[in-house]
Amino acid sequence: MKAVLEIRDLTVALPAGGERAHAVAGVSLGVERAEIVCLVGESGSGKSVIAHSVMGLLPAALPVTAGAIRLEGEDLARAPGRRLRELRTTRMSMIFQEPMTALNPVMTCGAQIDEVLKEHTALAPAARRAKILDIVREVRLADPERIVASYPHQLSGGQRQRIMIAMALVLDPALLIADEPTTALDVTTQAQILKLIADLQARHGTGVLFVTHDFGVVAEIAHRVAVLRLGELVELGSKQEVLTRPRHEYTKMLIGSVPGLQPRARPLAPDALVVLATRKLSKTYSEHGWFAPRREVHAAREVDLEVRRGQTLGIVGESGSGKSTVARCVVRLIDPSAGEIRLGGEEIAAMSRAALQPLRRRVQIVFQDPYRSLNPRRTVGEAIIEGPLNYGVPRAEAIERARRLMELVRMDAGALGRYPHQFSGGQRQRICIARALAMEPELLIADEAVSALDVSVQAQVLALLEEIRTRLDLAMLFITHDLRVAAQVCDHIAVMQEGRVVEYGPAEQVFSRPRHDYTRALFDAAPGRGFAFGSA
Amino acid sequence: MLGFVARRILATVPVLLIVAVLVFLMLRLTPGDPAAILAGDAASTEQIARIRANLGLDRPIVVQFGIWIGNVLGGDLGESFYYKTKVATLIGQRLEPTLALATFTILIAVLVAVPLGVLAAWRFGGWFDRALMGFSVLGFSVPVFVLAYILIYLVSLKAGLLPVQGYRRIADGLWPFLTHLVLPAVTLSVIYIALIARVTRASVLEALGEDYIRTARAKGLPEVRVLVRHALANAAVPIVTVIGIGIALLIGGVVVTESVYAIPGLGRLTVDAVLARDFPTIQGVILFFSFVYVLINLLVDLSYLVFDPRIRY
Amino acid sequence: MDAPGAKQYEALSIEAAATQAPPGALRRAAANGSVRIGAGALGVLVLIALAAPWLGTVDPTLFDAASRDLLPGRSGEITTLDGEKLRHTFWMGSDSLGRDVYSRVIYGTRVSLVVGILCALLALAIGIVCGLASGTLRWLDGILMRFMDGLMAIPAILIAIALVAMWRGSLATVIVAIAIPEIPRVTRLVRSIVLSVREEPYVEAAISLGTPIWKIMFRHILPNCIAPLIVQGTFICAFSILVEAILSFLGVGLPPDIPTWGNVMAEGRQQFNDFPHNIFFPGVFLAATVLAVNVLGDGLRDTLDPKMAKRV
Repeated sequence: MKAVLEIRDLTVALPAGGERAHAVAGVSLGVERAEIVCLVGESGSGKSVIAHSVMGLLPAALPVTAGAIRLEGEDLARAPGRRLRELRTTRMSMIFQEPMTALNPVMTCGAQIDEVLKEHTALAPAARRAKILDIVREVRLADPERIVASYPHQLSGGQRQRIMIAMALVLDPALLIADEPTTALDVTTQAQILKLIADLQARHGTGVLFVTHDFGVVAEIAHRVAVLRLGELVELGSKQEVLTRPRHEYTKMLIGSVPGLQPRARPLAPDALVVLATRKLSKTYSEHGWFAPRREVHAAREVDLEVRRGQTLGIVGESGSGKSTVARCVVRLIDPSAGEIRLGGEEIAAMSRAALQPLRRRVQIVFQDPYRSLNPRRTVGEAIIEGPLNYGVPRAEAIERARRLMELVRMDAGALGRYPHQFSGGQRQRICIARALAMEPELLIADEAVSALDVSVQAQVLALLEEIRTRLDLAMLFITHDLRVAAQVCDHIAVMQEGRVVEYGPAEQVFSRPRHDYTRALFDAAPGRGFAFGSA
Repeated sequence: MLGFVARRILATVPVLLIVAVLVFLMLRLTPGDPAAILAGDAASTEQIARIRANLGLDRPIVVQFGIWIGNVLGGDLGESFYYKTKVATLIGQRLEPTLALATFTILIAVLVAVPLGVLAAWRFGGWFDRALMGFSVLGFSVPVFVLAYILIYLVSLKAGLLPVQGYRRIADGLWPFLTHLVLPAVTLSVIYIALIARVTRASVLEALGEDYIRTARAKGLPEVRVLVRHALANAAVPIVTVIGIGIALLIGGVVVTESVYAIPGLGRLTVDAVLARDFPTIQGVILFFSFVYVLINLLVDLSYLVFDPRIRY
Repeated sequence: MDAPGAKQYEALSIEAAATQAPPGALRRAAANGSVRIGAGALGVLVLIALAAPWLGTVDPTLFDAASRDLLPGRSGEITTLDGEKLRHTFWMGSDSLGRDVYSRVIYGTRVSLVVGILCALLALAIGIVCGLASGTLRWLDGILMRFMDGLMAIPAILIAIALVAMWRGSLATVIVAIAIPEIPRVTRLVRSIVLSVREEPYVEAAISLGTPIWKIMFRHILPNCIAPLIVQGTFICAFSILVEAILSFLGVGLPPDIPTWGNVMAEGRQQFNDFPHNIFFPGVFLAATVLAVNVLGDGLRDTLDPKMAKRV
């Protein structure tokens, strides 16, 4: 089996003054014909840089300073621009992470695929059209004629990614590089795209270099795995070896951080105090303009939930399911259209803003994006004490509280005087948790609070939340799209689809005996679900 | 799509209404008797009384507005006491030179500025980029009339290549028409070139930073195609928008340029009217210019239908 | 579920984050070439304006029929207010009334700078209030923005000309008349910043922490407006100086006895063919001032708000 791609001692330099000298240092790996090699790593590991360097798409600021990249024997690192352009889509192709922005919005999908054919082949228009329709069919898009004439904004994320795959594979290249192609997609869509890539790859014998941070995806489709850390190759081997019998410390740590799909059995006190109860909570957005059809979006429909003291309720769903809407209604960042929200004993859904003020402290929220959750111009200490100060806590006491909370979230209390940009994503999220806890709330809402974090950092933050929950006897509402995370943290699960709760029950029951079709579909789609990580 | 067109057209109505209200108020807020102001300094008492009756100045102000709007919609913009003609007629007479100048200017500006902007964006940070940015700052810093005099001095007085001032109607011959317009159009276009080149550069730069550019390069397309079919095509909307907004600048520039080059257009009319405190003409010209500006912006909005398929569907 | 070795990796990321601290915006601004050139040139002009009486000038309103239309560099006589006749070198020549162009140009610097700065401050002040109000009060937003649209539909110079015609030219009316057309742009800018910052998670966090609206405005929203407003302010200043000159040049601005660059040029229009110095000297000063302010604005924009560096 001849190697399609061979990377030998690749080194890519970073601009001076950065945190390290090289984005990638001395990495060697290869991709054989008809095999899928997954490049795994956390952020900053250099996996994306390697992918871009093969295609020659690195910016001028990141030069390849050493090593060879051989595609079917030809050294790409030293090839001139013209040769690289010839090779793109004919011998090697790449698909990217964000399908929503990767296609030109002002050209039809058919025209964009056609560009590839016009540039690299001498086919007549009729032959090109036939080829385009063929590949569109092959990526399993229904009604190819209509798709080809559509503009990208008329298609869904999954459909756009299929178009990207079509563009990449229409000329049957030997190598396909996929840079986190499913990260931005819903779980069910992700499963379909992964299957599509695996099928196409098997049929055409394409070698695939698949970049991802998600071990579930690795378990699902990889043949071999390469683990990267801070630009260096740490481990390389077959899927079985790396995932079940990791050798390097770092790999072991990473694998250990991946949450399993088995919810842990936890004794539940059935008569604990109900902290939050919603009854028929609904939120409808209506859009109306002159001459525009009246459009109504039912973001949340008659949602019934209950969270008890010391317990965690997880709301699981894909994008557009309404889970975030419910969270924001509970915190009254948006006003519900109908229904009741009972916090403790008080009904807050219809309360005026003024009456709400004293009650706001009882429920606090941690958001998804740690890089936008803190005002960059205020110190971390000021951010944490802002809440208590609003409620009349004297400044000295508030600062003392902030110090204790920093220790609670395992951070240095002396760091209160620093600014957010001086902390990493995981640390910022801890600060946000501290800020929320400063109010001494009864209910803590985590709205996709760990989704933007690396898997190892995610594990730490989840452990922290668990610890806090137990220590402070807090009630938690945990919003997530990731089933593994939900299994880890939640006592009860509510599954939402298109604004409605379709399944509700103890985590153990929902995971092992799901009743609704959609829940079953969700579980079936979870990548790597049959895999027991680190089990050997 | 039809909804988009209808909505855009209807959206101009409140804007036009507010412009009308503002222009209407301009006269009423001036100290003094509106009828006397409209009649001019040399008017007799009967003329003032006639104007007062015509405009219903003794009726409630809302009724006055109604009467005035009624007149305007009927094409009656009042009568200039200075020129002793109907304002609408005056505007009609002066329209051709201004239109010629404006068209010439825009043509020169767009044909020069867009390619320069694209080139600067492509070679961002390079010598061409910095040179263009430097020139463009110069371009909209040097006042139009100063530039006009410099050009007149160099080209007409010293080199004798082109006529100094004045305007020749196209009906009187194409060549004199063109030679008389070259200098004013070039003068006026400088500021416009500066602005459009900047905006082109900025929007193309923004487009070049988008993901679909990386996709286009990953397809092995030549750089020129990436620049034009992918970057510029997406940058078109902001560029066209600014061209529309720049019309307002153009109108302002027209006022000064016509003054310096002695072109008998609407700009000159405005200045003369202000100097003579000829209120009916001032009102009429402002109304006219504003209406044109709103119309141009409407056309620009509608042009988005061509450039951005997301609006079409 | 303890992740072994996690603590070391966390320690690594603290260090990594700390070295990435960006330098202060002011320092960056001070180091920028455009800012230095623009600010430097402006500084010189401010000095000229302040030191006008001591720069070899005479009272700009003085004239002498005997010294009419002198070319630059010639000397002649000039009559003071007391009737004395002084011997004076007309560095920039004299105009048709025998006034010293050099003195009028130097004193004109004062007018231009005052007009530029005050117009900018006035437009910014009113624009900020309108923009904040529009961005926070939904019911006000519709009406206010329609009004601003209407105001923007009338070309700025025409508004200025019309207002000055209505109220008669004086420094105050000219400043107000030039500032008014600039208000809608500032309002739009502030409003768009308010609307986008409102969506940021840290503002939402402040709301859920019970922070009152006015505190959110000052603490979280307004600071985001400062940099773009400074940049916008410099461009308004440049534009105002230009418009004032145009108004004076056309004869519809400040009264001719106040020395402004536009007035000096207006005087010299008739005899441009023979005596171009009346136009060129004030013209050069005008162009240089506007250029300096624009260059300063460019530099500030590039450094204070790097996102805007790639924009216009």
